[in-house]
Amino acid sequence: MNQKTFGQALNEALAIALELDDTVFVAGEGVGISIHQDPNMPTQGLLQQFGPGRVKDTPVSEAAIAGLAVGASCMGLRPVVEIMFFPFITLASDMLINHAGKLRYMSGGKSSFPLTVRVKAGSGFGAGAQHSHNLEAWLAHCPGLKIVWPSTPQDAKGLLLSAIFDPDPVIVVEDMMLYRMPGDVPAGDIRTPLGKARLASAGTDCTIVAYGSALHTAMKAISPLAEQGICCEVIDLRSLVPLDKVCILESVRKTGRLVVVHESIRFCGFGAELAAMVAEEAFDSLKGPIRRVAAPKIPVPVAPTHEAVFKPGPQDVIQAVRETMGKRALS
Amino acid sequence: MTKDPISPEFRTYLYTCMVRIRKFEEKITALSQESERMRGMQILATGQEAVAAGITAALEPADVIISNHRSHGHLIARGADMKSLMAEIMAKETGVNGGKAGTLHLAIPEINALMTSTVVGAGPPMAVGAAFAQQYRHTGGITVVFFGDGAAAEGSVHEAMNLAGVWKLPVLFVCENNCWAGAQPHDVHCATQHIFKRAVGYDMPGKSVDGNDVEAVYRLAMELMEHCRSGKGPALMETMTYRMRGHGEQDHQHYVDPRELEMWAARCPIRCYGKQLLDEGILDEGRIRSIESDAETEVAASVAFADASPYPQPETALKDVFVQPPIA
Ligand SMILES: Cc1ncc(C[n+]2csc(CCOP(=O)(O)OP(=O)(O)O)c2C)c(N)n1
Repeated sequence: MNQKTFGQALNEALAIALELDDTVFVAGEGVGISIHQDPNMPTQGLLQQFGPGRVKDTPVSEAAIAGLAVGASCMGLRPVVEIMFFPFITLASDMLINHAGKLRYMSGGKSSFPLTVRVKAGSGFGAGAQHSHNLEAWLAHCPGLKIVWPSTPQDAKGLLLSAIFDPDPVIVVEDMMLYRMPGDVPAGDIRTPLGKARLASAGTDCTIVAYGSALHTAMKAISPLAEQGICCEVIDLRSLVPLDKVCILESVRKTGRLVVVHESIRFCGFGAELAAMVAEEAFDSLKGPIRRVAAPKIPVPVAPTHEAVFKPGPQDVIQAVRETMGKRALS
Repeated sequence: MTKDPISPEFRTYLYTCMVRIRKFEEKITALSQESERMRGMQILATGQEAVAAGITAALEPADVIISNHRSHGHLIARGADMKSLMAEIMAKETGVNGGKAGTLHLAIPEINALMTSTVVGAGPPMAVGAAFAQQYRHTGGITVVFFGDGAAAEGSVHEAMNLAGVWKLPVLFVCENNCWAGAQPHDVHCATQHIFKRAVGYDMPGKSVDGNDVEAVYRLAMELMEHCRSGKGPALMETMTYRMRGHGEQDHQHYVDPRELEMWAARCPIRCYGKQLLDEGILDEGRIRSIESDAETEVAASVAFADASPYPQPETALKDVFVQPPIA
């Protein structure tokens, strides 16, 4: 295994895809020449390696970038486009939501859109609400779009490669706060299947489902909980759409409890879907109330004292698990 | 102070205004090295002071400005209180927006600095709305919106210009062409060399000016604002200037030819204007030094104020989303 950072793993995936298939091209604002000269940035060095025909700097034009991906993919190319910060996906949303997500269906299956949108997400760098706003629930609500969200360097590579070679539009959410995280990454063309969750830690008492940075928050909570005699099972969702219901349901049937953790807003957040799905399909096995650990319904704050209120931490996960354990947690 | 550009007081004002902006931003550059004191993305308009000073000098009190991610100069020139501005940039409770805006989303409606958006290209459509309100209420005021040459690529900018053109709204679109958008030079992100030429497509006057010449900026602003005030509709002004620092304080401009930086450093709007005023006997060395040291004192006081101010209380994170929080 090679040690790579999360950002380098993404970079390797892009290079492999560009190498393997000449229908793949990469486009976006600053994907060729970037203000960052940082090996942990996913598009670093690709322009030098593959040239301006394959790696294309665009104007600051999110609607045009997304439209480029829709039109080019319909013509048989495999565009991999970047949206610089998650909130700016709103500008690309017409192309993604009304077109990429619907046109295959509306054409009776005749048209195909094998496009990938890489979106940089995350909060905690003091930039505030217009640079940080995780909108995965908003996109997940829209038919026709697949959404993946890696939490480890290996999955960053594997999910991005699967996304690029998937026949449908896939949004790959990249947590910027993870770019420098190191990990083992297998060499070569590895694929993490879309729609398969990962068992991050096995346990018996409570299922915790998380994705992206929140997965690491959840992992930090499990040893303090184990010391209190509560053995949690942690599931790294990896793929929001399609959703690995089987994995979640099997785990909840085993543990009888569910805590969902994400950094996005709780209200109408993706956790609401998970909670509803489990309540509908595994109600009989629940031994305690489902709990969601998520952000309050406010724009992402700037001040560090406010950011701390926004972003859920391990302590919030511990408390949620104890709440759902009820009496048992007190014993 | 008369706004006649040949009055010595007015020229001294323009010079002082640019120096105050420069000293303020130089301090931010220094503080950005200390991530504990100055977080966030600090994006500075160093080198573009003549645009901020020249345009705002042409404004009347009722006029409104809308700014973008390079806003500090616009706001100082429009009359923002430096202490509460610095406190906001440092995300403190005493900041103009209580620590909720930080450096990127400063809004100071009390000085008619209506709004700052860091979503590139978002200013012009909002300017259309503000100008509509001015037209609707016959306030006689106009709206000035600042955006970059990179922003000119966003569809929202074109849509805003068209609507303003159709409805003859009193908006002055000010494109600060600083040669770069992120790490992309103008010819990589823009199909035309001159953005002012787009004005033809929206049936409005469009002109460009040396954006490093504060008096030229002022004169053209007066001319085009006159057009907007007269009820004839919007206008487009392109100021040819240069971003002397990187895209943000983390950006060290590895992609820029150092000769280009040197060339523009020699064209620094403050240095050039200072020299001109010295040559013409409007200012002397002593006065220039005192303008600089006054600005430094003012900036130091703003930092002391911000340093002494606390971060906002955690509970206030939940406030200000609504006027009246909904029940439950
Ligand atoms: C909608 C949107 N897309 C991308 C960005 C990231 N971004 C911030 S500034 C910038 C370049 C803007 O260039 P320009 O408009 O010329 O302004 P300048 O920074 O040169 O003053 C980009 C791409 C953003 N803030 N908003």
